[in-house]
Amino acid sequence: MTVRLFNFRGGVKPDSHKNESSATPIARAALPPRLVIPLRQGIRSTARCLVEVGQSVLKGECIGEGEGPLGTAVHASTSGTVVEVAPYPMAHASGLDTLCVVIEPDGADEWIAHEALDRRTLPREAVLKYLSDHGIVGMGGATFPTHIKLGNGRGIDTLVINGAECEPWITCDDRLMRERAADILSGAAILRELIGADRTLVGIEDNKPEAIEAMGRAAAVLSEPIEIVAVPTLYPAGGEKQLIRVLTGIEIAHGKLGSEFGVQCFNVGTAHAVCRAIHHGEPLISRVVTLTGNVDRPGNHEVLIGTPVESLLALAAPRPDTDRYLMGGPMMGVALPDLGVPIAKGSNCVIAASPALFPPPPPELPCIRCGACARVCPADLQPFELYWFSRAKNVGKAQEYHLFDCIECGCCSFVCPSHIPLVDYFRFSKSEIWARERELKAADHARERFEFRNFRQEREKEEKAAKLAAKAAETRAKLSGTPGAGDTAPRPADEDPKKALIAAALARAKQQKAAVAPKNTDALDADARAEIAAIDARREKAKLEGSDAAS
Amino acid sequence: MIHSPYIRKPASVQRVMFAVLLALLPGVAAYVWQVAEVVVVNLLLATVTALAAEALMLALRKRPVAPALSDLSAVVTAWLVVLCFPPILPWWVTVLGVLIAIVAVKHLYGGLGQNPFNPAMVAYCAMIVAFPSLMSQWPPAGQLDFQTQLDLVLGGAREIDAITGATALDAMRTGLRASGASVDAVLLQPGAFGAFGGRGWEWLPLGYAAGGLYLFARRIITWHMPVAFLAALALISGVFWLANPAQFAPPWFHLASGGAMLAAFFIVTDPVSGATTPRGKLIFAAGIALIAYLIRVFGAFPEGIAFAVLLMNICVPLIDMKTQPPVFGHREGRLP
Amino acid sequence: MLTALLVMTAIAIVLGAALGYASIRFKVEGDPLVEKIDAILPQTQCGQCGYPGCKPYAQAISNGEADINQCPPGGEEGIRKLADLLGREFKPLSEEHGHEKPKSVAVIDEQICIGCTLCVQACPVDAIVGAAKQMHTVVAPLCTGCELCVAPCPVDCIAMAAVGESVETWKWKYPVFELRSAA
Repeated sequence: MTVRLFNFRGGVKPDSHKNESSATPIARAALPPRLVIPLRQGIRSTARCLVEVGQSVLKGECIGEGEGPLGTAVHASTSGTVVEVAPYPMAHASGLDTLCVVIEPDGADEWIAHEALDRRTLPREAVLKYLSDHGIVGMGGATFPTHIKLGNGRGIDTLVINGAECEPWITCDDRLMRERAADILSGAAILRELIGADRTLVGIEDNKPEAIEAMGRAAAVLSEPIEIVAVPTLYPAGGEKQLIRVLTGIEIAHGKLGSEFGVQCFNVGTAHAVCRAIHHGEPLISRVVTLTGNVDRPGNHEVLIGTPVESLLALAAPRPDTDRYLMGGPMMGVALPDLGVPIAKGSNCVIAASPALFPPPPPELPCIRCGACARVCPADLQPFELYWFSRAKNVGKAQEYHLFDCIECGCCSFVCPSHIPLVDYFRFSKSEIWARERELKAADHARERFEFRNFRQEREKEEKAAKLAAKAAETRAKLSGTPGAGDTAPRPADEDPKKALIAAALARAKQQKAAVAPKNTDALDADARAEIAAIDARREKAKLEGSDAAS
Repeated sequence: MIHSPYIRKPASVQRVMFAVLLALLPGVAAYVWQVAEVVVVNLLLATVTALAAEALMLALRKRPVAPALSDLSAVVTAWLVVLCFPPILPWWVTVLGVLIAIVAVKHLYGGLGQNPFNPAMVAYCAMIVAFPSLMSQWPPAGQLDFQTQLDLVLGGAREIDAITGATALDAMRTGLRASGASVDAVLLQPGAFGAFGGRGWEWLPLGYAAGGLYLFARRIITWHMPVAFLAALALISGVFWLANPAQFAPPWFHLASGGAMLAAFFIVTDPVSGATTPRGKLIFAAGIALIAYLIRVFGAFPEGIAFAVLLMNICVPLIDMKTQPPVFGHREGRLP
Repeated sequence: MLTALLVMTAIAIVLGAALGYASIRFKVEGDPLVEKIDAILPQTQCGQCGYPGCKPYAQAISNGEADINQCPPGGEEGIRKLADLLGREFKPLSEEHGHEKPKSVAVIDEQICIGCTLCVQACPVDAIVGAAKQMHTVVAPLCTGCELCVAPCPVDCIAMAAVGESVETWKWKYPVFELRSAA
């Protein structure tokens, strides 16, 4: 059964430079002197640090608990001591820092106790939680938590495994497929079962014949509905939406998910990690990284997560004319701000760049509207229109022209005869729009709180006034209810509640006086009357003395 | 700081412009061989003027001069101006035309990539409206020797009427309107016509078509504009001719005469002022062909392409806006 | 002559009636312009414009009493948006109403705070949590940086701290740079 292939418009064919690093098998990288493990695996997925400085950890021990809906666990990549929990630079164009756990290996590389999971007895949710606890995220670069991508087990009929690896220079997935095809397919089988799909399609670009063959042989011995499909080599066939389009014909727009169309896509590295987690109990602590470019020993290495890039470079022996390092591929990668940046779960390649291999771009000329960019855009956009709007900072119009459908693949910048860095303009516009949306939300929120505060103050005033009125009414009621309590008849109801309160207080005072004033002074005998007179005289004397003393 | 992508295709504006100049060479060769060798002098004169004018404008606008001059876009504009104008014009008309194209239409609107109108066509329209008699002096093919041509260009107009003759289009118009003859009768008149177009002049369209095919092979132009232009021109002229073969010239005459082939491959396809979406290109080119035909047959000028181009240039923003192609994922239905 | 006059009068009457009817039938409740202006203003409610809040300022702009360049938190971008909306000329921020400052939030020094609640009452968006004789603190995500709490504090314990860039808020820069020659 062969799968009918579709095509997407556009795409470019840069020189692939894959042979340099794909010839040798994956080597295991030695333990670096320090591991700097980032607690943040993506923009929205952070982890809460569970360890303290000075604590000893074992290999595979959980050191970070996922926070928020997109958080996943982070584990120690080797046994050792936690020496620091501090911000370190991350592989991002901003050059910003992120909180990392720094571990000094003790050399023993001792594993924490771990065992395979028996899936048959557990409910689906438990298996998903297991994957989350083992830190399984997408290894294609986006590091999206796998347990969330697996959805609710319904509505997906095709599982796509992405082995395309379309970017030039990168060969980590190629070697992984050649050497560990059985593990990858076993992981794919688990994913298929968890997601509830009917069939699995593995897409591999046809410039990797050995990988296709290895995967084919591994698939043949499984009784799974897996099909290994060779797709034409064209950048960016490995983009998730593009690969889904090629293999199934379905086009997914920005903002929509594959699950709405019955298809979901995972990287071969992710499938491999799932197999290691479920069948061997190993959390995600290492990945295959390609070291290539201007180096003497290009190749692929199995690297522990958290290994700083500078520790890896010695393995590849970069040549002296290397002027910078790229993490990722040449089309979508990031120039490293600092060589202390650690390898994270999504770092697939480090390229040593030299002026000869990656010449600096010539100066930007004006756009001549030649349309070459529109011809190669895999998302069928008009990049030059987006460029004109972004340049004018008219981000609203850019959004109307489907700016957010841009996957930032770089094909347009690649072909532009005026050497315009088109993707930079689009990235600028996108972050500008996101910033404005945030500000608008904050402003709306502030307006709501302000209006509520005004309402609250009004309400408090009214409540106070109501209380006063109620009290006044109450006292008036009391006054009118008890006769002879005061000499004066209660005055007619005053509008001012305060005056009523004052009148009530006066009445109370009179009452008290009356209460303490002696009653029954009419029928007294002579002795009592004499006593009263004496007391009165003493009181008068005391008063006079008091006033003398005072004056 | 430089961001991804870090690799680029070896493409540049200079390469594109150079390819256009190469593509013009077969047409220029036919011109030299069949019509008038002095066109080479004109091309040289125009090139120098264009580069000087552009350098001056860039200096005035405080822009770097060397990168802009080396992209050869001014040279392409200059050559197109020369190829549209008659070859035996006095030199100052050519210079004036090039200056209008480079200074007014290109730089005053913002420089490379910013002109809403086609520079060569504005220059042609300005000149034909300002100097109608000079601009209608086309030499009969191959009948003037080089020395005379040079004298005319450098010296100025002198007894031109005795030397110049009518172009094919002009002869067709005068023949049809003034003398009321039928198309066949006009075509039989000696001197003006060759096998299917103006005598001698009909080789130029072949040269331009060859150049156009080269541009298409190099992926510098797409098929949309030339095909739409030629098809629309053939269609409308065919319809009129079939309706009344005596009054309206056949389609192959229109396709081979005037600047039709030059326009189809080099003028209509100007990326800066033309439509940019695939459907937009078809509408734009077809519109030019229709308007050009109407001006040729019913209008006051023998050649209507220049005015047609400018009229459609005005419509380009609307055409672009209305013909935006559907984006990946936003098409109706998931499968093609 | 007479017919012309009659015709013109008739037209005037008809059109006048139509306008009158339209002004009653299609009358819009409220003033949508004020809402639109208010949507552009940053809702800091700081009063630097001279009005007690953003809505009154929006009202004043719409009445023509206030100019569009009186809002420092909105900054240059806000003035441009107002200029676009109202079709007026852009003017730089008026000096007497303040300067554009980077986004900052108020921070209470807890060592000095005496729990007097004056700042709690001053905050226009209720971003300060506290009660009499209890510790006060500013809820940073709610603080708009209006600085209305700084003045009332009797012990001067409130300072404004600039909000730095974080991973969630970092923005790509505009890729066009102005180059000047070194001379």
